[in-house]
Order: sequence, then structure tokens, then C-alpha cells
Amino acid sequence: MTLHTPFEAEIARLIVESVNLETPAGEIDPTAPLYGEGLGLDSIDMLEISLAIGKQYGVALRADDEANRQIFASLRNLAQHVERHREK
Amino acid sequence: MTARSPLVGHADLGRPVAWRDGAPVSCARFLAEAAQLAERLPAGAHLVNLCEDRYRFAVALAAALLAGKTSLFPASRHDAALRRAVAAHPDCGAIADAPAPVLGDRLLDFPADLGGAAWSGPVPAIDAQRVAAIVYTSGSTGEPRPNAKRWGHLVASARAECAALGLTAGDFSVLGTVPPQHMYGFESTVLLPLAAGGALHPGRPLFPRDVQAALERLPAPRVLVTSPLHIRACVEADIALPPLAAIVSAAAPLAVELAAAAERRFATRVMEIYGFTEAGQVAARRTTATQNWRMLDGIRLLGSAADWAVEGGPVHGRVPGSDLIRRLSDTEFVLEGRAADLVNVAGKRASLGELNRALTAIPGVADGAYHVPEGAGRDSARLMAFVVAPRLTRREILAALRRVLDPAFLPRPLVLVERLPRAPTGKLPLEALRALERAAGRDRDR
Repeated sequence: MTLHTPFEAEIARLIVESVNLETPAGEIDPTAPLYGEGLGLDSIDMLEISLAIGKQYGVALRADDEANRQIFASLRNLAQHVERHREK
Repeated sequence: MTARSPLVGHADLGRPVAWRDGAPVSCARFLAEAAQLAERLPAGAHLVNLCEDRYRFAVALAAALLAGKTSLFPASRHDAALRRAVAAHPDCGAIADAPAPVLGDRLLDFPADLGGAAWSGPVPAIDAQRVAAIVYTSGSTGEPRPNAKRWGHLVASARAECAALGLTAGDFSVLGTVPPQHMYGFESTVLLPLAAGGALHPGRPLFPRDVQAALERLPAPRVLVTSPLHIRACVEADIALPPLAAIVSAAAPLAVELAAAAERRFATRVMEIYGFTEAGQVAARRTTATQNWRMLDGIRLLGSAADWAVEGGPVHGRVPGSDLIRRLSDTEFVLEGRAADLVNVAGKRASLGELNRALTAIPGVADGAYHVPEGAGRDSARLMAFVVAPRLTRREILAALRRVLDPAFLPRPLVLVERLPRAPTGKLPLEALRALERAAGRDRDR
């Protein structure tokens, strides 16, 4: 498995904590889909994660077009997006 | 002469039925598309409508009515639910705007080329007694039960909802965050605008910023039809929304504090709808103003406590309720408790009996029980499960559950235990499950 960057590890911990996940943060494959078959998250989880990201980093996520949906394609995409847009 | 109800309740054909990308879609265009689609629907007396785009969903619903077909809304778009729908209605066709391979040849991809000349005739009227839709609910036995909905009742119910929400018929637009295939979303995001002359937004936004962007493309007066989960997200995200005539909530209990926060933050009224799939929506209230539920116009309340029913108006026959209520009059009640076996996760309903059955049906699972965590007052509360399965991993059990359950009902956490604390009768006392829950919490914190 590909190793996490420090910021990916931070986002992985935030995901595990905000949705009470079984998988340890260190075991989240940074390139696997977060949705459905990958990590098994659904839209309710994504809503919880978006709130946590909003509070922690001041980034408001969107999912209403294809480009925005790519943000959730993997932990890596999500971490890159948040790192690029963070205000806190 | 048979009573008939109009397909749409708009005052004239130029009025919008929907707003797509900020542009209106007129009644005339909507009816023309529905009439064209009616000619192209798959054979069979039933049509499974899986369209996710709310406007396409409405076009397919109207096309089915024009073609004399009954629409089917399976409990989820999960393969297992679709297979059950097909088994119950072997002749059914289906329509969707996303792949659903399990439906095979029955499936029509929603056509991209509908259009042509605008509808210029009178608004079609549908036999009020016609079964327009069959909506499935989870029964406590685990087998989904069909609920037939007649067009005349659906139209009357939507008009009563319009009045109960304090909206002016013919002048409102609706944005929904809930799917149109569940009873609440069907009634409040599709039938309400169709029957009471409003306009709908085709989307289903997820994040607060998506909700904000979608509302900005709708004209006032705007109505946001949503769930406690999304209301909390919008309040916590601290965003500004365009002026709202009302926020409508249903599907899970809404805390009065959250309703008050949303009213302050967005300068609007938060209205709560009470209903159950068997009867449809039956009552409404403004959460911050009263704990009393008032029946929608024409519906009467009979009985009290755990033995009560509703009848009249848009309700077909006499339909018993399952929650615990205190009756105040023919038209008002207080909700005292939810039926113990029914659980709600973000607007999706299931019975614990059904979930336990799915869990224990997995080969290798010796015993297992779902559990509603203590202090799960939160609107988005996940269920947890305790499972006895010596030779299986949690991952294997979750994968097996994912094949048969809506993802909202995947347990989190799933706790493997050596045995369940069953009483000699085989029952699982709630206290014993709570003790297991606390033990699991301690393990996690270590």
C-alpha cells in the first residue's frame, strides 16, 4: 500500500473520528475510493466528514458537479483539495 | 361518472413545473415530454421508477399515469430490493437515469431526446381511484409490504400539505435533499409541486454549499424539503441561504433546539411533517410553536395510546398507526413515543426485526443483534451490532450485509462477541445490550 503523506494521515484520522470507523486511520488506502466498495462510506458519512473539515480547516465541500465529485474519489484527492483550499 | 384528478395543478400551461439550471420548464413542455415518454415505456402494467433526477422522476411518473401503469418504488435501489420488486411484479418494466444491471432488458434508460411540440390540449385528468404508485415499507416480519396509493388521494394529500405548510398554491418552488422514491420525498418534493402548482428543482444536493447553490437558482418563495441531519449540517456550516418561505422536516424526530436555531439562522419557519408510509403524511406542526400535531385537512384521528387509526380525506380507508400517541381531539395529538421496533437512519426506515434477520442469515453468523446506541438522540445516529461469528472477520460480515441492506443500515461499529447475553427465554434484554455497548466503548477508548 502507498504510504500516507503527513496531511493525508491527518485527514484519515479526521475521517475515522468523525464517522466512528472500524478501519484504523493508518490502514486507509490513500488511492482507494472513499465511497461504496472502497472504504464503505455513504452520503451520510460524507456529510459528517464535510462538517468536520469545515470546522477544522474552513473548507466548504461541494459535490454538485463531476469535478467536485472527484474530490471524494480517494483520500489522496480529498487531502489535496483540503490542503489547497484551507483557510485555517 | 368517475371522479378524476388532474395530472398537474397549475393554473395555466405556461407556469413552470421545474427550474433546470436557472431556467423554467413549463407545464406545456412537461406534459409533452410525459406524453412522448408514455409511448416509449417498456411493456407491463407496472413501472419501476429509479430516476434520481427529480424532474425525470416526475416525467416518468406522469408518463406511467398517462399509459395506465402503476409506478413502483422499491425500498432501496439495492439489487436485493430490485429483485424483490421484479419477483412481486414479474411483468414490470423499469426506467432509470443511472445503470441498474440487475434489471436487464426490462430497463429503459431515460431518453435524452424527449421534447418536440409543447402540449396544447387540456391538462389530462386521471381516474382518482387508479393506483398510481406502490410504495414498499419494512414490516416487522422482515418482508417489505406493498402500499397502494391512489392518484386522487395523492393529489388531495399534496393540496392539504400545501395549506398546512402555509404556502400559496401556484406560487412556490421546492428543493429536496431526500430521494423521490421514499414516501416523504415523493409527497413533499414531487406531488406537492405537481398537484399544488409549484415548481421543483431536479437536483438532490448533499453538502450545505450545494444546498445554498441550488436554492440560489430557484425563484422565491422557496421551500427546502429536508431531514434533521441536513438541517443540522446547514446550521453548523454557518452559511447564508437565500430567503426561505419554509424548511420542511420529516423522517426522524427534530429537536426543538435545532428547529429554533434553523429558524433564527435562516429567518424562516421550520415545519415538521408526521406520517407513515401506510397512510402517507397525516399531520404537521411548527416545531418551535407547539408540541401538538394537527391533522391535515380532512383527516380524522380515532383512538389513542397504542391503539389508534386515521381516516378520511386523502387517507384510503382506515389506517392504524404504530407509534404511541395521546389524542387531544379529532384533529390534534401529541406524539409520546416511536414504535420500538422501527428505526430511522437519516430518513430511511427499517425494523430491527428485519435487520436482525438479514444479519443472522449470513452463513457463519451464529447469532447477532442490532442495537440502537444509548443516547442516540442524534438525528444521524448509526446503529451498532453485536455478532457471534467465530470464523468470520468484521470485513466479511460487513461485505455480506452490504449485499442485502441499504448502506445506511450497515452497523457501526460492528462488535464481535463470544456470545449474546440472551435471557433463558431467548430474549435479549435492553439492559444487557447496553452493558455490551458500554464494554465495547471501553475497549475502543483503551
